[in-house]
Amino acid sequence: MAAKMDQRSLMRRWLPHPLLSAVLILLWMLLLDSFTAGGLLVGTVLSLVISAVTSNFWPARPPLRSWRRALAFMLLVLWDVVVANVLVARLILFRPSSALRSRWITIPLSLTSPEAITVLAGTITMTPGTVSGDVAADGRSLLVHCLDAPDAEAAVRDITTRYQSRLMEIFS
Amino acid sequence: MDFVIELLVSALIVIGGAFALVGSIGLVKLPSLMTRLHAPTKATTVGVGGALIASMLYFTRADGALSIHELLITLFLFLTAPVTAHFITKSYLHLHPDVARELPPASGDCGWSTYNAVPADDAETESDRRPHE
Repeated sequence: MAAKMDQRSLMRRWLPHPLLSAVLILLWMLLLDSFTAGGLLVGTVLSLVISAVTSNFWPARPPLRSWRRALAFMLLVLWDVVVANVLVARLILFRPSSALRSRWITIPLSLTSPEAITVLAGTITMTPGTVSGDVAADGRSLLVHCLDAPDAEAAVRDITTRYQSRLMEIFS
Repeated sequence: MDFVIELLVSALIVIGGAFALVGSIGLVKLPSLMTRLHAPTKATTVGVGGALIASMLYFTRADGALSIHELLITLFLFLTAPVTAHFITKSYLHLHPDVARELPPASGDCGWSTYNAVPADDAETESDRRPHE
């Protein structure tokens, strides 16, 4: 029993985030853009060292409930980014600046884990006409700037139903 | 076949270039810092994306091997663009304290973190306020 506990803490110490290490190895191999044993070795050592050194920044492993939903979410965001580009390009080119109804809005958060809130804030910044600006001191709402939002409540509803509810299902 | 790929590559480069141009026009045209911030975070992602997909297609064709390390640039762009935008917004809020009066209230009663500190009784539990530990 004690030996087992030791093994587990050893594992936590040297491989605190197996997923992070795997992603780092993958990134390294993609950067090299060719497969060599030496490259893989260096990548493995780097990924172990980096994840061990930075493990203090990540006290918990973010709970991910559904990989399939996470992938679907990424595709949705990618599509929305393309739409966002076209929308913002149209606003920039064809709307006189004085006719832009830009405003700040508050998004109430039902997500609690810092990782999930970060993903939501990043998504908001990359998608149609919105940039996330600040988080409330108690971490329960996001401050978002809209480039053109005639209806503040509709904008809040859009973000909540489109992204937040999906993230709620991914990070539980 | 070569012609089709060349056509695709040229189309992607032109589309990407057009979006990058629109992003730059936005920087000049939009009236305030917060509205200008929308142009580079978005109009440029398709700009860079178009050029990267064109590069992937071209080098996959030219070298005969799949070239995917351009995807990394996309990934890093997606990771860094929101962080940069967030930092610029934060410094804007710090430099213009008068904006604070125009901001909508936070849903709780302790305000936005740029202006207000975390409430004292919350500060201790902040680090372990994780439901899934």
